[in-house]
Amino acid sequence: MKPNPAATQVYLFATCVIDLFSPQSGLDVVDVLERLGVTVHFPESQTCCGQPGYTTGFPEEARRVAAAQLDLFPEPWPIIVPSGSCGGMLKHHWPKLFADDAARRAQAENIAARTYEFTDYVVNHLGLELPSGAAPIKVALHTSCSARREMNALPNGRAALAKLPGVELLVHDHESECCGFGGTFSVKHPEISAAMAADKLDAIKATGCDGFVSADCGCLLNLNLTLEKRQDALRGRHIATLIRERMAQGGTA
Amino acid sequence: MSANPIRDADARARGAIFKRLRAAPAGEPVAVPDVAGYYAARAVPQDESRTARFIRHAQSWRAEVVETTPADWPQALAGVFADKRPARLLLGRGTAIAETVAGLLPAEQLRWYDEPLAGIKKELFDEVDAGITTTVGAVAETGSLLLHPTPAEPRTLSLIPPLHIAVLHERQIFETLHEAMSTQRWTDAMPTNVLMITGPSKTADIQRVLVYGAHGPKELVILLIRDGGGA
Amino acid sequence: MSAEAVTVRPEDFKLRSHEALHDAHLRSSFRGAMDFLIERRALQFPDLQAFERLRKMGEQVRQHALNHLPDLLETLEANLTARGVQVHWAETPEDANRIFLDIAQRHEASLMVKGKSMVSEEIELNHTMAAQDIECLETDMGEYILQLDGDRPSHIIMPAIHKTKQDVAEIFHEHINGAPLTDDVNELIGIGRQALREKFGAAKIGVSGVNFMVAETGTLVLVENEGNGRLCTTVPDVHIAITGIEKVVEKLEHVLPLYALLPKSATGQAVTTYLNIISGPRRDGEKDGPQEMHLVLLDNGRTQAYRETRYRATLQCIRCGACMNHCPVYTRVGGLSYGTTYPGPIGSIISPHLVGLESTRDLPTASSLCGACGEVCPVKIPIPDMLMKLREAGRHSVTESMTPPSQALVGQGTVRRLGEVLAWKGWRLLYSNAALYRLFAWLAPRLRWLTPPVQAGWTQSRAPLKPAPQSLRAMLAQRRRDGGG
Repeated sequence: MKPNPAATQVYLFATCVIDLFSPQSGLDVVDVLERLGVTVHFPESQTCCGQPGYTTGFPEEARRVAAAQLDLFPEPWPIIVPSGSCGGMLKHHWPKLFADDAARRAQAENIAARTYEFTDYVVNHLGLELPSGAAPIKVALHTSCSARREMNALPNGRAALAKLPGVELLVHDHESECCGFGGTFSVKHPEISAAMAADKLDAIKATGCDGFVSADCGCLLNLNLTLEKRQDALRGRHIATLIRERMAQGGTA
Repeated sequence: MSANPIRDADARARGAIFKRLRAAPAGEPVAVPDVAGYYAARAVPQDESRTARFIRHAQSWRAEVVETTPADWPQALAGVFADKRPARLLLGRGTAIAETVAGLLPAEQLRWYDEPLAGIKKELFDEVDAGITTTVGAVAETGSLLLHPTPAEPRTLSLIPPLHIAVLHERQIFETLHEAMSTQRWTDAMPTNVLMITGPSKTADIQRVLVYGAHGPKELVILLIRDGGGA
Repeated sequence: MSAEAVTVRPEDFKLRSHEALHDAHLRSSFRGAMDFLIERRALQFPDLQAFERLRKMGEQVRQHALNHLPDLLETLEANLTARGVQVHWAETPEDANRIFLDIAQRHEASLMVKGKSMVSEEIELNHTMAAQDIECLETDMGEYILQLDGDRPSHIIMPAIHKTKQDVAEIFHEHINGAPLTDDVNELIGIGRQALREKFGAAKIGVSGVNFMVAETGTLVLVENEGNGRLCTTVPDVHIAITGIEKVVEKLEHVLPLYALLPKSATGQAVTTYLNIISGPRRDGEKDGPQEMHLVLLDNGRTQAYRETRYRATLQCIRCGACMNHCPVYTRVGGLSYGTTYPGPIGSIISPHLVGLESTRDLPTASSLCGACGEVCPVKIPIPDMLMKLREAGRHSVTESMTPPSQALVGQGTVRRLGEVLAWKGWRLLYSNAALYRLFAWLAPRLRWLTPPVQAGWTQSRAPLKPAPQSLRAMLAQRRRDGGG
C-alpha cells in the first residue's frame, strides 16, 4: 500500500514518554496538525515502540512490546510520531525486529513506509507556512541523534523554524552532538551522560537564546530535568509547542 | 617427535584457526568489487593540466618541484646542488641519470651505493646528507612519486639521507595510483618493494604540531623533466 | 616517573572514566584534538555523495574479503611463502610472543625496533620481550614518548595525544642522554630522530604492523608518515610483521579504495607520506631490505567474531580511529579509560571478542547510541547495531531465545543480573498489554506524589523523573469531551 502524504487523516503514535511525562507536547502536536487541516486518530491501545528494551539488550522483550502495536494502524493513513528516535524505531528497527516472522515483518514494513517524524510531516507534506506578526524570539535547536541520522531531523527542524516568521535560530557549538540521554545509557553511565548534558546546555546557553526546541521528548526530559536540578530557568520545548504558540500569536487558522 | 616446537605450535594454531573459519556460515554474498569501474567513473578535474595538478599537490606536501626540460635538466640539477650544497651525495650506479649526475659534483662528494647495506650503514646514517633516485612515475591526484627500488637504487637510498632528490619524467605522471598500477602492470611481477612517496617524512605526534623530517628525509626535491604527455 | 607499564583493565572503566571526567586539562585537550580531527576529516569529504560511493566501495572490498577469508588466507600464505616470507599462525597472544622470542633467540637479538602496531600492543610484545631481556623499542614518535614515560596510547592514530609539549620536553630531558630541556616541537622531534637513528642502525630485528595484506600477490602494505616503518622493515636483518588474520584483501587494486579512505578518515590527510608495498625479503643482488622476513598472523578472538554473521562486520575495520574522534563518550573520557588495546566505539565492539564479555561489561553500554561512529565509519560497520547485539549477548545465555540462534561468546551471559531481567520482563508485561498499560497510565499521574526523589544514576545530575499530572490520553479524552479540536 502506498502512503498518501496528502491524506487528511493521520494516526498519531504519541510515544510513552509523551503520554506519561510530556503530554502537553502531544496535545500541541494534535493541535498543530488539526490547524493544518488534518484529522488526527489516536489509537487508544498504543503503548511504546519498544526502543528501551531493544537498545538495552532485550530484543525479545522489545519484540513483544512492538508486536502489540502492529495491529493499531489498519487504515493506510500516515503515522505521525512526534519523537525522532521513536519514529526511527518504527521506520528502521521494527522491520529488523520481525525479520524472522514473515507476516509481522510485512506489517512492520507497511508501517515503516508510512511513518513520519512530526516536523518532517508538517514541513514537507503539509506545507507549514505562517504569516508574520508574532513577537520575535531567539531559539536554539537540538535534534536527537537518532532523529538526525534516521529521520533527517536537522534539515527538517531548521526548515520548520524557517517557516516561523520572527523565530531566529541560534546555532550552538557542537550542535550535532548528543545530549547524553541515550535511554538506559543515562542510568548505566550517569557521570558521562551528565557531562554530555552539561556541555550541551552550556553550549545552548552560550547562544543567549530565549529557549530551545527539539523534536524528541527523551532529549528534552534529559535536558530540562538537568536544568531543573541546576536551578536554571532555561527550558526546552517540543518544536510543536513553539509552532502552536506562533500559530496562536500570528492568528492563523 | 619433531625437533621444532615452534613449527608444531604454528601448525596447531593454523589448524585450529582454519577449522573455525571453515565452520563459519557463509556471509551475505557481495559482488566482486569493481575498483577499475569505480575509478573509471570518477570525474577528472578539467580546470588544470595533469602536470599542474601534480605540482600543486606535491608542493602542498612541502615537496620542492624544479621544472626543467630534457635538454636542460643537468643544469637544473646543478642548480639544486648549488642551492642545497650536499656534502655527500649517495647514488646508484648504471641508472639513466648516474653518469650525468656524476659529472656535476666532484668525485669526493659522491658516494656510490655499491655494497650491501651492512657495509655502508654507518656512513649512510652519519655522513651521507643527500640521496638521488630515479622514479617510475607519479600520481597527479595526490602529488606522489612512485619508486620501485632496485639493486642499483636500493630502498634506503630514498629513506635515510636527510635530502631526497627524485628525477621524474612528465610523461610518467598518472592521474591516479590505480592508473599507474594498472598501466604499468605491477601485479605481473611484483617488485620486492614499491613505494609511493608524498612529500618529506613528517609527524604531528606532539600536540598536533606538524614537523617535517621525522625519521626519513627532511626535504624532498622533485626534478620534473617536462617531456610532454602530462598536459 | 616510572618506566613500569601502567596496568589498566577494562573492568575499571567506570573508575577511570570518573577520574578522566574530573580532569579538566585532559578533557579540554581531548576535546580540542578531536574537534581538530573532525574538522580536518570533513574537509577531505566535501561531497557526501562521493564519500558514500567511496565508502560503499571500501565496505564491499572488506565484505568480499571476509566472505572468502579462509581461501584468501591460504592464497596469501602460499604466495608469501613462495616469495620467501615465513608465515606463522598464532591463536593467542602467548603463541605470538613465543614466535617472536624464538626468532629473537635464534638471532641472538637483544634489541628490536618497532613501527606502530596495535596488534603488538594487543599481545603486549614490549612487556613480554622485556621479561626476556630483549628491548623492543617503539620508534613511532608518539609511541616512543609513551614508552619512555611508561605510559600507554590513548588513541590508535595519535597515541600521545594526551601529552603536552612540556610533558614531552621533560620526558626527553630525563630519559635521553644529553637531551637539552626544550619545549620547541621542532627541536623535540629532532632529539627523538637522532636518538632513534642510532637504534635503527643497531637493531637486528625490525617489527611492524600491517595495514593491508594482498592475497593474490603475497604483499604487505604499510601506511605511515614518519618513515620509521620503512626503517624497521628495511634496515634490520630480520623483519617480523604482525597483524590480525582479518587484514587480508584479495587483489592489489582492492587496497586502493581502502587507502583512499584510511588517512582521510584518520587524520584528514588525503595521503600519507609513505605507502610501503612489500612483497618479500631482499632478493639476490639487492643491497638492502631484510634478509629474513616473517609474518605472524594472530587470531586472538577474531574467529569468534567471524563465526557468527551477526558479529562479523566488526572485522571490516581498517583502524582509522574516526569513530573515536567523533564519539561524544570517547571525547570525554579519553582512550585510557577503556583499559583495552582498542578504545572508543570500535574498541567496545572488538574487545569483547578479544578478552571476553565479562571484563568488558561496561564497554558496550558506554554509548548513547548517537550513531556518530556508524555515520563516519569508512567501511560502514554498523557500530551501534553491534553494540546492541553485545549488550544482548552479555545479558542472555545462548540457551535463551537469541534470534537468530548463536554460539556462546566468551563471557556470554555474564552481565546478566536478575534485577535487570525482571525489570525488563515487567516492562514487557506492562507495555505489551494495552489494558494493563491503560490502567498504569491512569494510576501513574495519580501516584506522582510517590515519585522517589532519588532514581539510581538519573538523579545524580537531574531532577527526578515524575509523571505529568495528566496523561496525554486523559488530556485527549478531556479535549474530546470539551468538543475541542
